[in-house]
Amino acid sequence: MSTISKRNIPWGVLGPWIALAITCLFFATQSSRFLSGGNLSLVLQQVMVVGVIAIGQSLIILTAGIDLSCGMVMALGGVVMTKFAVDYGMNPYLAILCGLGVTTVAGLLNGLLVTRMKLPPFIVTLGTLNIAFAITQIYSGAQTITDLPPAMTFLGNTFNIGSTEVSLGTVTMLILYALAWFVLRETAPGRHLYAVGNNPEAARLSGISVDRVLLYVYALAGLFYGIAALLSVARTGVGDPNAGTTENLDAITAVVLGGTSLFGGRGIILGSLVGAVIVGVFRNGLTLMGVASVYQTLITGILVILAVAADQMSRKGAR
Amino acid sequence: MKPGENQPLVMQAKGIVQRYGQVMALDGTDFELRAGEILAVIGDNGAGKSSLIKTLSGAAIPTEGEIFLDGKPVKFRSPIDARRAGIETVYQDLAVAPAMSIAENLFLGRELLKPGPLGKLLKLLDKKEMLAQAIARMNDLKVGIRSMTQAVETLSGGQRQCVAVARAAAFAQHVVIMDEPTAALGVKEGNMVLELIRRVRDKGLPVILISHNMPHVFEVADRIHIQRLGKRAAVVDPKTISMSDTVAVMTGAKTVDELPAEALA
Amino acid sequence: MKFSTTLILSSLALAIGSAFAADAPIIGLITKTETNPFFVKMKEGAKAEAEKAGAKLMSAAGKIDGDTAGQITALENMTSAGAKTIMITSAGDAIIPTVKKIQAKGVQVIALDSPFDGADALYATDNYKAGVLIGQYAKAAMAGKPAKIAMLDLFPGHPVGAQRHNGFMSGFGLKANDAKSNELSTAPEIVCANDTNGDRAKGQTAMENCLQKDPDINVVYTINEPAAAGAYNALKKAGKEKGVLILSIDGGCQGIKDTEAGIITATSQQYPLKMASMGVAAGVEYAKTGKKATGYVDTGVTLIAKTAIAGVDSKDTKVGMDLCWGKK
Repeated sequence: MSTISKRNIPWGVLGPWIALAITCLFFATQSSRFLSGGNLSLVLQQVMVVGVIAIGQSLIILTAGIDLSCGMVMALGGVVMTKFAVDYGMNPYLAILCGLGVTTVAGLLNGLLVTRMKLPPFIVTLGTLNIAFAITQIYSGAQTITDLPPAMTFLGNTFNIGSTEVSLGTVTMLILYALAWFVLRETAPGRHLYAVGNNPEAARLSGISVDRVLLYVYALAGLFYGIAALLSVARTGVGDPNAGTTENLDAITAVVLGGTSLFGGRGIILGSLVGAVIVGVFRNGLTLMGVASVYQTLITGILVILAVAADQMSRKGAR
Repeated sequence: MKPGENQPLVMQAKGIVQRYGQVMALDGTDFELRAGEILAVIGDNGAGKSSLIKTLSGAAIPTEGEIFLDGKPVKFRSPIDARRAGIETVYQDLAVAPAMSIAENLFLGRELLKPGPLGKLLKLLDKKEMLAQAIARMNDLKVGIRSMTQAVETLSGGQRQCVAVARAAAFAQHVVIMDEPTAALGVKEGNMVLELIRRVRDKGLPVILISHNMPHVFEVADRIHIQRLGKRAAVVDPKTISMSDTVAVMTGAKTVDELPAEALA
Repeated sequence: MKFSTTLILSSLALAIGSAFAADAPIIGLITKTETNPFFVKMKEGAKAEAEKAGAKLMSAAGKIDGDTAGQITALENMTSAGAKTIMITSAGDAIIPTVKKIQAKGVQVIALDSPFDGADALYATDNYKAGVLIGQYAKAAMAGKPAKIAMLDLFPGHPVGAQRHNGFMSGFGLKANDAKSNELSTAPEIVCANDTNGDRAKGQTAMENCLQKDPDINVVYTINEPAAAGAYNALKKAGKEKGVLILSIDGGCQGIKDTEAGIITATSQQYPLKMASMGVAAGVEYAKTGKKATGYVDTGVTLIAKTAIAGVDSKDTKVGMDLCWGKK
């Protein structure tokens, strides 16, 4: 992580974990079922799709960009891979690769528009959001694709740790986060990514090819959206053209709650995981308490504001 | 003996012309930098000061003219070309990533990688080595910052400038160019930076210093290159010329012929 | 003389002819979304009826469920383009002011499927009745066993969501709000209620969380068939799919298939095609005679279940498949 200042405790780093701990403690007092292994494993499964999307989104936000098309690209990937396998009888693993290919190309398109045409990421991804959505709806005929070969849903399978069921998809998400965290922290490309987000002019003058970094980041994010599509397919058992509509903002919410700054160059990727889990914990905990769903939305909104405010204050304190 | 009279030329430019459309920013400028000196480049706005520095640092390609480094002709297509030739530039806005640490900024774009395949294939950073070298170089230049792991944005303006200067000095093999290094600093911090610039020169790196601050220029420069109307108007010796005469040449109130012989360098 | 008579007669004919040609009524159809099979069927029905009647059909839709802004734009554009009757499945009450505006210009506005105040007429499913039917079926199927009910709803404040929810409760024998209310009632038998947005993945998450709260849920009401499919997934993962009743509403072809497969226990089928064709007929009538349609016409709802139960009138899945909307 780039910015461990020895003088101040970085609340941007610890904040999300503390918030998560407090939330879990609270719900544990409200319902005896909350802290059970089965329930927590369930929450992780419920957030794994948004969680993986948030990895890609985090990388982009770290470069001071944003991707509004993430959920729609994921849906497109899901529809492509399931339709190829079911309608064209393609080998399921090959179909999965095709789905991943499509989402990566979508990400690459975003990256090209941002770097070559110098268009703001907000505008670019607003456009590709609509394009991806339309293509998905037209290609799928607004029908869900069912009767998937078991090879496609294997990430939904579970294994037992003790008496708790853990899904392969959850493990995949955790592994991906660990990989991303490692690369950002310990490799030169990771450091270049932070520099591009923090001060692109400085990065350029230091010999870093800013355009190349951005292109890689957007394309890589597209790949993550494709993996998220595979997880979504594994979880629901169908290719759903209507998937991903709320995941767009949910992924950005997870990144912001996790302490990553929308201005780029600051934040830890593990924070996004915590952010996604916090939202899932609230949804699960409030249901266990019997509280109406609309309050989940209210609380998520309040949390986002608190998270951004805490990030701002921690940076003022660091000066 | 005049300063640097018998010193070899590290950098030389002949007849540099720089045209931007209709505007003639440089109209046949000459330039010489000798080994072991601090050469200040001064000039009024529009004199061509920044254009000259841009051609020397690789940020701009001159329309006409030649540049020599250690006697050999060079052509810079980009700032990276100049950097590879051993010329480091400290830009006015410092070009640091504020959220990253001092050590990280020092090695930005030139990170030290772990030996073997870990470094070559996986590009793993050798953080320990970078930290150690950062500490060593800062101590070498007697820069008094306690921790190399603190974020650059936590430093004062003067300290940040020292980090940028130290970075340039660490990697430069031939020349260090500094663009307005004391511009935004107060008295104490400004002096701290001037001290640092002297130490850089004392380590054997010649320094090109662009500055508007006359007292600072006179304090630290060995020679002063006065740029005026796209040409080199004169090169003077700060020890023998008065500040007012220097300003006069800069603004055109006096020409070089009106200066006494000892004033020239 | 003969020539001028011919001239007069032919120009008269031309005038009359063009008057008739200009008479092809322009009718607009605005749905909630473009691609939901429910609205695709509606559009089909409207187009067929329009062709039969010699009317011209314009269609538009919002981008997503709830996109009232898109519908408002369509209302205005269609009015400028000369539509005299516009049928609309309302995405929300935000359209009401615009509806009033164009009604003042003489446009007839007919609500399809979702009611709103101020529409000239409403052709819709009786969503309350749709809920009552599946509630009655569930009650009969439980045969006196104590029920633990999970309600998987749409989202707060939507009239259709409220009507189906309250209708279900009423049919099941629980005290609930009447068809005019927008608020969801509760009862002690309802151990969990969650929102799904009518979405499959969210239906699954909602069911999972409800099961965590009370693993003994044995009746699940779902707002629509995608949510029901998601709920089934969650039950299957928990190994509980055999003993739990899943009730739904829609009658789309995928949903009827799911009912045949035992995923959905019973569903109330609705008829978007009928809504649209009645709307077009009303539009043609208004253009011809200037008489506006009024009131509410129930376009019908049929309970479809795999197994018939004594005391409750239902049709089997074959009937359901014949009448379903969407891709067969």
